[in-house]
Amino acid sequence: MRTLHTLGETILENFTPISALAGGALIGISVTVLLLFNGRIAGVSGILNGLFFAPKNDRLWRLLFLVGLVLGALLFNMGVPDFNVPRQNYPLPLLVIGGFLVGFGARMANGCISGHGVCGLANLSLRSLVATGAFMLSGMLTVYVIRHVLELAA
Amino acid sequence: MKTNLIALLSGIIFGIGLSLSQMINPNKVLNFLDITGHFDPSLIFVMVGALSVALVSFKWIRKRAVPLFGESFQWSKKTVIDKPLIFGGVIFGVGWGLSGYCPGPVVAGLGLFSMESVIMIAAICAGFFAYNALFESNK
Repeated sequence: MRTLHTLGETILENFTPISALAGGALIGISVTVLLLFNGRIAGVSGILNGLFFAPKNDRLWRLLFLVGLVLGALLFNMGVPDFNVPRQNYPLPLLVIGGFLVGFGARMANGCISGHGVCGLANLSLRSLVATGAFMLSGMLTVYVIRHVLELAA
Repeated sequence: MKTNLIALLSGIIFGIGLSLSQMINPNKVLNFLDITGHFDPSLIFVMVGALSVALVSFKWIRKRAVPLFGESFQWSKKTVIDKPLIFGGVIFGVGWGLSGYCPGPVVAGLGLFSMESVIMIAAICAGFFAYNALFESNK
């Protein structure tokens, strides 16, 4: 009982279901707008990769989407200061290695959380369901090792 | 011109969504992945929120022949569950679990002046270039 109670408190302490649902709905609106008007899938890794590798005349909209992403976070932070604060003192090797694998894996799987986990699932793609499952299982196993076996990060 | 403004608008809405849902905070993402520790199921609720809009809108958009401004719909042509999909997904997951970041929150984090975003963008792009050099160099 004691353990269950502690577990419940741990979840409640961090869990933010209303803002998560509302923020998620905005992401759903964002991918809808890009698809309905431009015919494009709002997958951030594909958009970023295309900044370097897409045909020259297919790059400006990508840059503007990414600038918008930054602006959206900037505007929100001006309206609601300190709601989100940058993380400090996270081990640099985990960022560098992690970032490299995120980029490499996203290209190999042809998408990331936004492309597969939102757009692909919304399009009822079996590939995206498999990719999203792989992201999560692999991510959970990795965090288990990092936090509870090697204890490299809190 | 019109499609460029739409891309900017779509990005802004996405960035606000990531901020409101706090998915821009990598520790919150790591807590979602930490099912035996400080588990925080918020990320699932973000996906439910996004999918409850996009499942309906995509079903409706799929009926259209062409987008409102663009020339054609750029749907993925791939349908086969192949090894690159699974291996790529697993590799991505390791990187996600090590850092707490996927590409959307990394870029949005620049709006918080996060130093981690700068490092992550450089590392992610290095991953893109490495993949493209290894597997796409013949194209």
